[in-house]
Amino acid sequence: MPRSAAPRPASAALALKPPFSLLLAGLGALLAAGLVLAAGLGYIAIPAREVLAIILARLGHGVAGDAVTRAVVLDVRLPRILTAALVGGNLAVAGVIFQAILLNPLADPYTLGVSSGAAFGASLALLANLAWLGGLSVPLAAFAGALLAVLAVLGLAGGDRSYAGNSLILAGVIVAAILSAGIGLVKYLADEQVSVIIFWLMGSFAARTWADVGLVLAAGLLTLGLGLYHGRDLNVMALGERGAASLGLDTARLRKRLLIVASLGTAVSVSVSGIIGFVGLIVPHLLRLLIGPDNRKLIPAAGLMGAILLLLADTISRAMLSREVPVGVLTALIGGPFFCLIFKKKLGRGA
Amino acid sequence: MRALFSGAGVAAGYGERMVFDDLTFTLAPGRFYGLLGPNGAGKTTLIDLLLANLAPRSGEVLFRGLPLGSYRRAALALEIALVPQEFRLNFDFTVREVVMMGRHPHLPRFASPGERDRLLVDQALVELGIADLQDRLVTRLSGGEQQRVVVARALAQDTPVLMLDEATSSLDIRHSLHILGTLKRRCQEAEGERTIIAAIHDLNLAAAYCDEILLLDQGRLLIKGPPAEVLRPETIRRVFAVDCQSFAAPGSGAYQLAYRYQ
Repeated sequence: MPRSAAPRPASAALALKPPFSLLLAGLGALLAAGLVLAAGLGYIAIPAREVLAIILARLGHGVAGDAVTRAVVLDVRLPRILTAALVGGNLAVAGVIFQAILLNPLADPYTLGVSSGAAFGASLALLANLAWLGGLSVPLAAFAGALLAVLAVLGLAGGDRSYAGNSLILAGVIVAAILSAGIGLVKYLADEQVSVIIFWLMGSFAARTWADVGLVLAAGLLTLGLGLYHGRDLNVMALGERGAASLGLDTARLRKRLLIVASLGTAVSVSVSGIIGFVGLIVPHLLRLLIGPDNRKLIPAAGLMGAILLLLADTISRAMLSREVPVGVLTALIGGPFFCLIFKKKLGRGA
Repeated sequence: MRALFSGAGVAAGYGERMVFDDLTFTLAPGRFYGLLGPNGAGKTTLIDLLLANLAPRSGEVLFRGLPLGSYRRAALALEIALVPQEFRLNFDFTVREVVMMGRHPHLPRFASPGERDRLLVDQALVELGIADLQDRLVTRLSGGEQQRVVVARALAQDTPVLMLDEATSSLDIRHSLHILGTLKRRCQEAEGERTIIAAIHDLNLAAAYCDEILLLDQGRLLIKGPPAEVLRPETIRRVFAVDCQSFAAPGSGAYQLAYRYQ
């Protein structure tokens, strides 16, 4: 084929693409190893072998290791580590879904004002010192705020029959701007609580519990399941409104449904960890370079890779730096410049 | 013969803007229809009506005797394919992957493409002359190449009805003739089983390929009939405000117009 021997950037990329099942297995193994290693790192160092023994014994309803080590692994580190990994997976999957339904590779949970809504709800709860629902007060308030923000964005953008990409993002930016001002006001009014609010806003996994793990896991499974169920539909969405509709998709309904479920995933994540940016943006980008744009592959791979990334970031912030840096600050510091790079490249390509 | 599409007293529009207030038409199966008219005449609106993308405010559009609104979207996708006017892809799918998306309505949710799906995709790629582009990324193709990919995707969908919304307007003449010729051949070979409905800007291309033309102007269907009846010089002058003469093209004998250039 003489013509196909001409410049074919795609085929070069294809040659580098690993088999998908291998990549998925590799990411899974990496995540499992990372979880065990991370549980051993910290103020009290515990060998990986002992961590593994404690976890396996717990799963088999047995007991291993001494009481202090067991408490450190099972009650302190594992909840935090698992929450970090699950939040990372959640945000990355939500990122893939948002990008697919908005037809915009630069969209992510934050473009829609979801995180600002959650942050506003949570800071209100912190300001009011809400305690009527115990430890769940702040997460619930964040959750409510996120949902209200999504509804506002959907309402604002839904006037033109479909949630056409640009108006939706614009609506997200407007709502986020208003909510940010709201958060500023809450901080101004907060006085003594201000440091609590600021620290929460920066994003941290400190003091997470098994209840948090369960909450994020439930939201994550829902998002992942629905994303996988609609995987091929999401590919077809890339053809645009009329193209996708002519292939049998009820685009407005599909978009609304996935938007809501991905927003739920994001909201729950933000409610337990504060604002953690760029995971939902960078992970799908890197994966597209590796395995292409097929959402059926992107969604599970993004779940694993997002989990690994945030586990790594949290472990660095928790166990490797002399003073704990909020993980949201860390991801923004690393992710921000990375985002600029992708953005610049995208502009250069004229896309 | 039973009508494929029919509409009676149809009023339709977008938001505040009404395009049609009383549209009546009948389209028979197996024909190559051209939708013609000046910008804003209602060509895309009519296509949206026929695709059930737009519901009539009053009146009804029937497809095979039943209101279009009574069909499920997924069922319609087995009957009607569309080559939309605008096409832009933000994700790096390959040409073959995009053409394979045409098989989406035929494939159960978690099924992989089978022999027949691959065959129809191969056939569409060859017919559009893009078989050697199939592993390229769609985002890296020229506008004309992308447009051929979209037409191939619609052919792979393998539906009785194919609609094109200005599908050849961004193509050079060689590819325009190639695409319209391919469609015409598909239409004729199917012997009444395949219908093409194409909004076309170029009057001479429409006159050369269409069996019948629907001439729209300001939300009204002015005339419907064979090109030589519809595209008379006096009609063209009234609707498009240009002077022209008609002639038979040397060789094919197709009805054509020669404009008076100012």
